[in-house]
Amino acid sequence: MPRRVVISGIGVVAPGGIGAKEFWSLLSDGRTATRRISFFDPSRFRSRIAAEIDFDPADHGLSQQEIRRMDRGAQLAVVAVREAIADSGLAFVNIDLARVGVTVGTAVGATMGLEEEYRVVSDDGRLYLVDSEYAVPHLYGYLVPSSFAREVAWACGAEGPVAVISAGCTSGLDSVAYACDLIREGSADIMLAGATDAPISPITVACFDAIKATTPRNDDPEHASRPFDLTRNGFVLGEGSAMFVLEELESARKRDAHIYAEIAGFGARCNAFHMTGLRLDGAEMAAAIKAALNEARLNPEDIDYINAHGSGTKQNDRHETAAFKLSLGSHAYKVPVSSIKSMIGHSLGAVGSLEIAASVLAIQHNVVPPTANLTTPDPECDLDYVPQTARQWQTDTVLSVGSGFGGFQSAMVLRGVDGRAA
Amino acid sequence: MTRPPVVTGIGVVAPNGLGSVDYWSATCAGISGIRAVERFDAQGYASVLAGEVREKDFKAEERLPGRLLAQTDHMTRLALVAANWALEDAKVEGSTRDALDRGVITASSAGGFEFGQRELQNLWRMGNEYVSAYQSFAWFYAVNTGQISIRHGLKGPSGVVVTDQAGGLDAIAQARRQLRRGSKLILCGGVDGSICPWGWIAQMAGGRVSHSDDPAAAYLPFDDRAAGHVSAEGGAILVLEDAQAAEDRGAPKVYGEIAGYAATFDPQPGTGREPALKRAIVGALADAGVAHDEVDVVFADAAAVPSMDQIEADAIAAVFGVRAVLVTAPKSMTGRMYAGAAALDVAAALLAIRDGLIPPTINVRPARRYPVEVVTALRGPMLVQVAVVIARGQGGFNSVLVVRGPRGNAGRKRETREARYVRQDI
Repeated sequence: MPRRVVISGIGVVAPGGIGAKEFWSLLSDGRTATRRISFFDPSRFRSRIAAEIDFDPADHGLSQQEIRRMDRGAQLAVVAVREAIADSGLAFVNIDLARVGVTVGTAVGATMGLEEEYRVVSDDGRLYLVDSEYAVPHLYGYLVPSSFAREVAWACGAEGPVAVISAGCTSGLDSVAYACDLIREGSADIMLAGATDAPISPITVACFDAIKATTPRNDDPEHASRPFDLTRNGFVLGEGSAMFVLEELESARKRDAHIYAEIAGFGARCNAFHMTGLRLDGAEMAAAIKAALNEARLNPEDIDYINAHGSGTKQNDRHETAAFKLSLGSHAYKVPVSSIKSMIGHSLGAVGSLEIAASVLAIQHNVVPPTANLTTPDPECDLDYVPQTARQWQTDTVLSVGSGFGGFQSAMVLRGVDGRAA
Repeated sequence: MTRPPVVTGIGVVAPNGLGSVDYWSATCAGISGIRAVERFDAQGYASVLAGEVREKDFKAEERLPGRLLAQTDHMTRLALVAANWALEDAKVEGSTRDALDRGVITASSAGGFEFGQRELQNLWRMGNEYVSAYQSFAWFYAVNTGQISIRHGLKGPSGVVVTDQAGGLDAIAQARRQLRRGSKLILCGGVDGSICPWGWIAQMAGGRVSHSDDPAAAYLPFDDRAAGHVSAEGGAILVLEDAQAAEDRGAPKVYGEIAGYAATFDPQPGTGREPALKRAIVGALADAGVAHDEVDVVFADAAAVPSMDQIEADAIAAVFGVRAVLVTAPKSMTGRMYAGAAALDVAAALLAIRDGLIPPTINVRPARRYPVEVVTALRGPMLVQVAVVIARGQGGFNSVLVVRGPRGNAGRKRETREARYVRQDI
């Protein structure tokens, strides 16, 4: 019998508010945190909208040295993990640090820090032979984003297995699944796991512009992220981090911890089709969902809510809808499905963990967050997407899915312990 | 008790040899691939040597379709070719039936950084409309896994691990987990490199790259003259299979099995706590069920930074005894290839087991203060059954993998084994 792994602490830094409480209040109110980009002048770009966080690391206890050496992505993760640890009630005394590990998902790493430093060493692109005189000492930590996991490990003292997981936009799900496996197999007892990304910089905006993946609905930023809506025309870039405390069920019970949910099953597949394109039959995502259900020993009918990838691109929303039908059969038409990207945008590698947080909070509150801005149904997306307002809904078991560049498809089943949230 | 997964194919791209045959013969002969940087004019930088896989040797356009060349960084091209070679070596046929049970897990450090530098330059010098449509995936860390998966129709559980230089081992260990969860075959390992001016200065900022301009004296682990490493590119991709699945499909050869693994993380500097490498070695041996005196050779991480060499040598001596096990670092012939390095060391360990040869650590005069027996000239033929590979990533990552020769030949005479391999290779 493999060890059962539960989430016993949550920390969130997301657009619209810092902390899990703020996050849930935004989602359950159906408010959106998308706006015109303020981090730089976006007027030259096709898509000028993002879900930005008003975040000053100094307000959250980071020292000047930490702020200097950490890219924004690492800063968000460290703030999130501190909240998660506090929330879990775990006192990091009398804990064997060798049994504590860390996984951090990220799709694009320290892209903001890298771009800022690139501008300096290249003198705004004039130099191909960039000038090492201007290289800052922490540049190596920007080059290789395993520094993000290092920062989280240092923040909690972990000396067990530590890693960054980077499978594009499924990183946030894959990171938590990786951590879950480490506990199940006995390599660790406690994992600080989650994901972070802070990609709102000119190079990221430009590269999504180039493939028209992001929305050009620049005249209406608050309503620009429109998953499953007929008028959707691309995603809205976002940023954020969610980190969790994962531990084995019995140890959580023993210390009388608040248990949010069990990670009951996970499945991942690849579509092996195209780096950015999707085949509309959704076969591989459906296979991932079936694998997750299988591992959880659950049937389609057991799923009370689907937290969708719902990026708001034409192809994703159709692909995903097909995958739900293929994997869940007729139950796909009965189960509420929603995309929180309608409110917090698409924070690439981080968003999978933010969606796990939303999923377990849905279990906690018996409330399904809505798909904001869904006003004009798309006949090709014909499921129950919980338009605009949150729904009171008995929610014990949630399926959360992700889909990413590179063809990655991931699915996780989260379940209230003993059939009910604690 | 499930059987350990087996390696049935190896694909190598290294500065001192393309393909596992050329790499292994160069490595056993002590031939180095470390030279002056040719990719760009490095004369203005403090570090001027690299282990490059030069385009004039590699000839990407002869190995990959033009469509892929347009959308890939140099290191991704190397990874695609290594993956091809690994699958050919294992004689894996494309199969729709098994596609969902065959995945790809690679390690990455900096992604397609040369590609990224070019697009950053396009953006800042010319304007946002000049950024390539391929930038969104040519730079990011998941690129090699995604491209390999697409090229070979591998739809199984896949992923990417980023743990700096430890990643090559972590990717193989993650592949083992996926096999335990029910997949049949995972292509795994790492091929990496960021040899471009922007990657170069970022690597130098890490403070561990040698400033020497003498290829024979630039990367000297466990030597009193050690002053950092040489940056390199390349790595290895392995075909790792569930042992039963490999048998069922009639895999032509088994190099060995992934017997054990453990990963630990060092405490933050200044906390006064013990480094965690020794614990990773002990953990990997325990996971493999291997006693320390059953290990024939240790492939060292070989940082060539004195304090780090000391930590590694002390950890090895603490587990195996003072100068009680052979230690080698064939990466002294290639330089350190970040996420690719440890995967290449695993390939070297499997080839060492196959041939009963232990490749040398070249150019090194081992210093007495390191309590390890460093192999400085080719050893063998001898019986090599179990090898330990150590890899460390900057920041505190420690990973250790135990590989063991194919089952069934324990106790057999080496000659018998060699004869068997010769027969299979024909």
